[in-house]
Amino acid sequence: MANESKAPQSPESSQPDVSGSSPAPSAAGTSRSSAIKAAGPGPLQTALDNECSRRYRDRFGVGILDALEDRRQAILIIDSSQLLEIARYSRDDEKFHLLEDYTAVDWPRREKRFDLVAQLYSFTHNTRLRLKIPLGADEQPATLVPVWPAANWLEREIFDLFGIAFRGHPNLKRILLPDEWQGHPLRKDYDILQQDTAWVRENLSIESGQ
Amino acid sequence: MKILADTGNDNAAQKTDTLFGADELVINMGPQHPSTHGVLRVKLKLDGERVVGSECVIGYLHRGVEKIAENRTYQQFAPYVDRMDYVSAVSNGLGYCEAVEKLLVVEAPPRARVIRTILTELQRIASHLLWLGTHALDIGALTPLFYCMREREEVLKMFEKYCGARLTTHAFRIGGLQYEAYDTMEKDVERFCKNFEGRIQQYSDLLTGNSIWIGRTRNVGLLNSADCIALGASGPVLRASGVAWDLRKAMPYAAYDQYKFEIPVGTRGDTYDRYMVRIDEMRQSRLICLQAIENIPAGPIMARVGKVLKPPVGEVYHAIEAPKGILGYYIVSDGSTQPYRVRIRPPSFVNLQALDKMIRGHLVTDVVAIIGTLDIVLGEVDR
Repeated sequence: MANESKAPQSPESSQPDVSGSSPAPSAAGTSRSSAIKAAGPGPLQTALDNECSRRYRDRFGVGILDALEDRRQAILIIDSSQLLEIARYSRDDEKFHLLEDYTAVDWPRREKRFDLVAQLYSFTHNTRLRLKIPLGADEQPATLVPVWPAANWLEREIFDLFGIAFRGHPNLKRILLPDEWQGHPLRKDYDILQQDTAWVRENLSIESGQ
Repeated sequence: MKILADTGNDNAAQKTDTLFGADELVINMGPQHPSTHGVLRVKLKLDGERVVGSECVIGYLHRGVEKIAENRTYQQFAPYVDRMDYVSAVSNGLGYCEAVEKLLVVEAPPRARVIRTILTELQRIASHLLWLGTHALDIGALTPLFYCMREREEVLKMFEKYCGARLTTHAFRIGGLQYEAYDTMEKDVERFCKNFEGRIQQYSDLLTGNSIWIGRTRNVGLLNSADCIALGASGPVLRASGVAWDLRKAMPYAAYDQYKFEIPVGTRGDTYDRYMVRIDEMRQSRLICLQAIENIPAGPIMARVGKVLKPPVGEVYHAIEAPKGILGYYIVSDGSTQPYRVRIRPPSFVNLQALDKMIRGHLVTDVVAIIGTLDIVLGEVDR
């Protein structure tokens, strides 16, 4: 019982195998993701073939690129051109009334640079479903605001931090950062110490913000 | 207009008689305003004293928590989550630790899960107490604040005895707990819970039947269940609109499946209902704590996880019922010691989206009540 208690935590002291990818800012970008540049399947990912995924496949055919299960969580990878139809179908027919979360992941070395990730929840069935939408670097996906109004701020946050512009969004502007800010911080090529120094100098009258 | 027509109160009658229309005034509320509970700025478009439109300006407290996560190891990032919703740090830590545990496919031992449940429920009480005190203060009732702070202090003292910290506790570790329960913890929790029922009654005596309180909160900031779900609002806001849904019941985590408790719900979805829901939730949290201390299983408090965490490639989403609503963590692992991406789904951020819908048609003074009733923490909204 006392084996772990009171032991000082020293995660840094015992990490021989991370020497190549130290948390120094310069290594933070694309270099450490070489193992997954193509976003290959993880060891715990299996193909998903349940009734729900079959209904989606029957209905949308090639619009459903893949169906996976990772750690017992269902994932549908869908084509961005059918995003709005699939979203409507998810809400109205599959009863996923709640858009719990909507975010993005940057994979700079992949052919399709971004993944949009939507977490759906159904009160009716008490289940979750994750929709993943691969996007090219300059692609503009359709907004989900008409389907789930909750997407409004969530899409603005994605726009702000990843620079993905949503087609048809009612009020697409930055939400967390100042409107004039240059750059999108959650992209992998945006360094941890990087910032819009010109904006900081002009508006805060300090150098570098440190 | 529709909202007001439903209420049938005097304000609605005034609205229909108003002669203003062309003279709209835009004013800033915040970011330095005591009732915005931090640095929220709301641009209000007013017709006389009545709100006809609004826009939230947020981000003043943005620290880039998700970016920081990508540059820290899994363990190093754990203390950062405490700084998001800094009045319920324990809940933040629980969500993060459980999410990483799912990613690693390990489970905390039963003893750790029960102690986690006790601390998290105490945190819910502390969070709701701070909300109640400040919310009542915003509306003009000074006394409850002192009562609420008195009880919150007892909870914080228990945290201090447990892990040495009062607010940003970092109480849990990935895989279980670092610290064993201190010697008199069960007695402390029991004594607190035994006294607490009477204390809740004290707050209730001050406010529940108080005609000023009712006048300021009844039919103010209405949000029905359909709108809640469409806007993603969760937690007490959703329950006050009549949806008996709580992640602790729907998808139990920690040790919640072992305890009996009820989900308090409201009927109208107004500020008064949200007040009643949170008061009743404190009662239920108290009951959960009392059940939990009766039988804390013996055994280890840490699962077998290495000092170096390298979760298998893949991703996981895990959400808990934080005091303010659904707190979700979406973590992508690339097999290295640092997460490839950590997304935090903050309840305050999503709930705050409903503000515009709730304040339209109300007076400026009601905006203060409605911001309070949403129970937002800007550290979490801005991250």
